[in-house]
Amino acid sequence: MIFWRQMNFEGRAGLILLAILVLMALLAPLLAPGDPLAITGEPMLRPFTSGTHMLGTDRLGRDVLAGLLHGTRTTLLVAFSSAAVALIAGSIVGTLAGFLGGIADTVLMRITEAFQTVPGFLLALASISVTGPSVATLIFAISLGNWTQAARVTRAEVLSLRERDFVAAARTLGMRPLEIAFREILPNAFGPTASLAAISVAAAILIEAALSFLGFGDPNRVTWGSMIAEGRAVLRAAPYLSIVPGLALVITVLGIHLIGRGLSRTERLQP
Amino acid sequence: MMQRASPILEVRNLAKRFGDHGAAGLRNVDFSVSNGETLAVVGASGSGKTTLARLVMRLLPPEAGSIHFRGQDITALRGEGLRRLRPHFQMVFQDPLAAFNPRASVRRVLEDPLRLHGLAAKAEYDTVIGATLERVGLSADLITRLPLELSGGQRQRVAIARAILTKPDLIVLDEPVSALDVSVRAQILNLLLDLQEETGVAYLFISHDLAVVRAFADRMIVMEEGRITETGMTEQVLANPQSNATRILIAAVPRL
Repeated sequence: MIFWRQMNFEGRAGLILLAILVLMALLAPLLAPGDPLAITGEPMLRPFTSGTHMLGTDRLGRDVLAGLLHGTRTTLLVAFSSAAVALIAGSIVGTLAGFLGGIADTVLMRITEAFQTVPGFLLALASISVTGPSVATLIFAISLGNWTQAARVTRAEVLSLRERDFVAAARTLGMRPLEIAFREILPNAFGPTASLAAISVAAAILIEAALSFLGFGDPNRVTWGSMIAEGRAVLRAAPYLSIVPGLALVITVLGIHLIGRGLSRTERLQP
Repeated sequence: MMQRASPILEVRNLAKRFGDHGAAGLRNVDFSVSNGETLAVVGASGSGKTTLARLVMRLLPPEAGSIHFRGQDITALRGEGLRRLRPHFQMVFQDPLAAFNPRASVRRVLEDPLRLHGLAAKAEYDTVIGATLERVGLSADLITRLPLELSGGQRQRVAIARAILTKPDLIVLDEPVSALDVSVRAQILNLLLDLQEETGVAYLFISHDLAVVRAFADRMIVMEEGRITETGMTEQVLANPQSNATRILIAAVPRL
């Protein structure tokens, strides 16, 4: 891996955590075959008391470990896709605003600000209640509140890049404005935007969990948020039902943040 | 060199203002460049030389006056019409590192003019680029390098290669050697002279270095605070300076 050598200790720790999570997600069907929503044993088994149910079972007798493993898939899928959608959309808007300037800039940035004034979670909630819950609508709903930061950062970077000589050189060659914006400027503006990726992914994980907790997640998939919500009803009798997926959530967000910190350090080393 | 007929570039009463005080702007700038000629524009920093270069290249809009290129008024030309004319007037920038997209290899830099103006079939790009690199004194092996992986002199040669690929009639040279080591300056200037002899291209040569101008330019104009203070054949102006600005520049030439 190219990153590994340039990363500091924090970044490497984060990468290891993320690698474990990705492995969990990939191997979920092998480690816990079958439907994780199926009832497989006695209800309310405590963790480490049964050989077949390592982390116990929930109120209905569904295996917690299976839920956890399969939940990793949903969580990572939704979080990374929505962060990618947010970054791509944000950097396109930011590039257009910064490069075109004038009225286009004003209009695009006022729209960005309008989105920024509404909390991202509220936007996601509103969007989901209109479109109904599924993985695709979740991704869209979460990126709705997440793209503005990328747009602002990209715009700032583009504003300084567009005055550079290589942009003037592209113009003297007769390159069309859209090609200059997206081929010459955007790739050079992407560094600082990419370092937002970690924050974006972490925010997306938390929003996804919160939506699932409120029952707005995809009902056909296990997610950590829905597991926590499920455990809430029996929080006194079986706190592990909420604690186990909660810990998974904490570790994931921690890992992503560590990678983010590692990345922002290395970004400065690059030319 | 003899004054030839039909000016390739004609600038009339060009004016440009920045801010309220007109700092580094231009006032009533008038000159022309003939086919195959080298006209030097000299002046201290802030005299408006680079602004003039950018106006001529249509990178900045002028406030008043006109620019005619090959007899065509390009002052207000925009969009597709301007793009069609672009290959015929090119520019070499002062800082050769800043003039390249840091992520673009030499191949991509030199493919752009060919691709944008359909100057060669895709299959021939590498052949044309290789030949042009060799023409400017570089090895064709450099084609995969990034600008950061080249020396200053090599970068400026690539910039010159980019400018000549479209076979222009005029190249605006904005202090093309002032960012380079003294040892490579003469090589780059000689390359430019050779290319001119070969292709008959005209140069608008922006400089503040009179020693270079003397060796390089047929005629020169001296600028001060956005105005032309003196015009004439290079030898005459340098032998018998009429304006204060010229005398100051002459006094600034180091003598060994």
